[in-house]
Amino acid sequence: MALHRFHGGLHLDPRKEPASAALFEPAFIPSHLVLPLHQHIGASAEPVVATGQHVLKGEMVARAADYLCVPVHAPTSGVVRAIEDRPVPHASGLAAPAIVIEPDGQDQWLDRAPVYDFKGMDSSELRNRVRAAGVVGLGGAAFPSFIKLNPGPKRRVDILVLNGAECEPYISCDDVLMRHRPAEIVAGARVIMHALGAQRCCIGIEDNKPGAIEAMRAAIDDHPPMEVAPVPTLYPAGGEKQIIYTLTGREVPSNGLPADIGVVCHNVATAAAVHRAIDRGEPLISRIVTVTGGGIARPANLELLIGTPIREVIDHCGGYRAGVKRLLMGGPMMGFEIHDDASPVIKATNCLLAATQADLGPDYAAVPCIRCGRCAEVCPARLLPQQLYWHARAGSLDAAQEYGIFDCIECGCCAYACPSHIPLVQYYRHAKHDIWARERERRRADLARRRSEFRTDRLDREERERQARHAARKAQLRDKETAATDDNTAPTQAGSGDDAARG
Amino acid sequence: MPTLTTSSPFLSAGPGVPGIMRQVLAALVPGAAVLVWQFGAGVLVNLALCTVAALAAEAATLRARGRPLTPFLTDGSALVSAALLGLALPPLAPWWLPVLGTVFAIVVAKQLYGGIGYNPFNPAMAGYAMLLIAFPLEMSRWPAPVGIAGQSFGLLEALRFSLTGGLPPGLDIDAVSMATALDLARTELARGRTLQEFMGAAAVFGPIGGRGTELVNGAFLAGGLWMLLRRTITWQVPAAMLAGLALPAALIWATDPQHHLGPLFHLFSGATMLGAFFIATDPVTAATTPLGRLIYGAGCGVITYAIRTWGGYPDGIAFAVLLMNMAVPTIDHFTRPRIFGRSGRRSP
Repeated sequence: MALHRFHGGLHLDPRKEPASAALFEPAFIPSHLVLPLHQHIGASAEPVVATGQHVLKGEMVARAADYLCVPVHAPTSGVVRAIEDRPVPHASGLAAPAIVIEPDGQDQWLDRAPVYDFKGMDSSELRNRVRAAGVVGLGGAAFPSFIKLNPGPKRRVDILVLNGAECEPYISCDDVLMRHRPAEIVAGARVIMHALGAQRCCIGIEDNKPGAIEAMRAAIDDHPPMEVAPVPTLYPAGGEKQIIYTLTGREVPSNGLPADIGVVCHNVATAAAVHRAIDRGEPLISRIVTVTGGGIARPANLELLIGTPIREVIDHCGGYRAGVKRLLMGGPMMGFEIHDDASPVIKATNCLLAATQADLGPDYAAVPCIRCGRCAEVCPARLLPQQLYWHARAGSLDAAQEYGIFDCIECGCCAYACPSHIPLVQYYRHAKHDIWARERERRRADLARRRSEFRTDRLDREERERQARHAARKAQLRDKETAATDDNTAPTQAGSGDDAARG
Repeated sequence: MPTLTTSSPFLSAGPGVPGIMRQVLAALVPGAAVLVWQFGAGVLVNLALCTVAALAAEAATLRARGRPLTPFLTDGSALVSAALLGLALPPLAPWWLPVLGTVFAIVVAKQLYGGIGYNPFNPAMAGYAMLLIAFPLEMSRWPAPVGIAGQSFGLLEALRFSLTGGLPPGLDIDAVSMATALDLARTELARGRTLQEFMGAAAVFGPIGGRGTELVNGAFLAGGLWMLLRRTITWQVPAAMLAGLALPAALIWATDPQHHLGPLFHLFSGATMLGAFFIATDPVTAATTPLGRLIYGAGCGVITYAIRTWGGYPDGIAFAVLLMNMAVPTIDHFTRPRIFGRSGRRSP
């Protein structure tokens, strides 16, 4: 098929070995599991278990409290030991509420309810089951997947794109999944296509993964039409907008969604998770993680239970080697640093990278921008990162928005290419948050203003009503007086008493 | 060593600004070598004076501004400005000419605007233009190329002339200096003579451009092409500048071949190749968008042609570059590329 080349991008050293060729290991049960309540984009889940309660494997331990939320499930059978703040993987390094489970070693499943014929099922029912299984995007962004199974009443989706590109250096978990379990991915793709009403499916895989390409090609068939499309190895070919453009030539609109142009994109691992959720009735309780870097004794890809403490994962891989400079969750281009390895593996964890100085290269201090324009040459969103930098730094948030700061996918190509070693992505993240904070302030101020106006109006209205009642009362009394004077009787005590009370 | 950045990406491409400056200096070597061969060791004296003056001026200004010397003094940008100015100045210049020009370039045109990255004008060209306007006589004193003079200054003689103005016995200044090809062509054409009349007669005209200068331009072209291959510079500015110079030259020459210099002559005389590949490509002062760079380069070329043909100076590169530097913010504003996912340049 005809491929399109997105603008910019970088040829990075892939560094997939030795993890990608190592023996793929199945999940082990750790000493304890830490399940954060907030593992995806959206709202936190709410616990539905209590300390001391025994749970089965796959049992829901926290429910979806909001629309943009999915439940959390116990990855193995055991006892809930605590529901408290624990170190969690987040760039801030702050702790967050989590459910701690001590496994009982039985690994006993609850009763699962597989769907034997998903084709006979309504789309909304399928979506609810995917949601109830706690499936989120496993490519790293962790967006609740059920929402991306719903194009909405106004949109028609004709292509499902499966993202097997895996463009970031070091990460090879999708490669391993495609080589070992291609049938699960394809089965999941069929379910997703049915839910979306999509006509065909295109699976994009970077051409540095010949094993995965071959395995996926062998697993697909023509009903419904599916195609494996090798894409050129170029970072960030695995970005959602980039892979859609490469495979279809369509550009996702700036303030829109892929569904607006008839495409939905899911990661290959997400498709496999959807298959397990529907065809096996199994919630999302484990995922494949690449554990790699110069700081790991035995790099490998492992299947891990969600909630496994990172320290135990590293120990399982032979422990740390000397000279670990940074422990990253994710890859070196878009990952973030983990400061406490008591943090657990979560649904979004695609890679644990114990990077040495040799992995990362020398540390550089930032110097002034020399306006060379290399950032703009490599930006896949065709932005002017240099201008965004100047405006973000100057606090000109409106100018930053005009230059497209919210079109930035934070891939890091600009900062990688910058000869002055300016931490560009950090500036953009900061500016985006400033803009959001400003928006929130505006909305809050707006609401306060409207409430204040409403209150002023209400007080005025009450005052007017009081005056009207007062006037009416006075008129009533005058009439009475006139009548009383005519009749030669004194005004009653009650009348003047009422008057005084109302006054 | 403390970790300096806390945000992704955690990888970086390479040595950065000093690396780029090193590549530029390396690319200048062939042209500088040919320049020394053709026009004498005065070039080396100028380069030395410019380099020392640049580093001293930058160090002094950084200290006065309260800024650290590293990384600003060691990033190589002062060396590049010094090299460009040193190569552009006439080899028969007295010592205070390169020193004054360099100090002006570094202190006024660069550091007073905030240092590297903040200057709107090309520092080397600002220094050159200041010298050209203030000292027109000293700035036009080029020696005869080696093919004509038969002898060129050795290093010691050049040093002595630069510092004291004294020449070897038996020579005087008119014997060693000669009008450049562009200079001679301008005066002759202004007198109404045709190319055929004066070009064959004067030895300073070589087969393509000025004798000697054509070789220098060829060597700078080679250095420039090497930089393109190494991706030190992008192709838009040099290509547009050469086109902006050659196309008007070709059109106007075609209308009246005997009274105008042809495009090939323009491309291989004066400081054309040095200007196109090394001076106009200065990233800080050039346009930043791809289309903007084409416009900027073309503007530099066209203005250079205009000054050479109708203006008051034999070579117009310095003024052309400075004038286009002024236009850069506007050019950048109107040449923003279409953002992915947006239909127009501004509309979402």
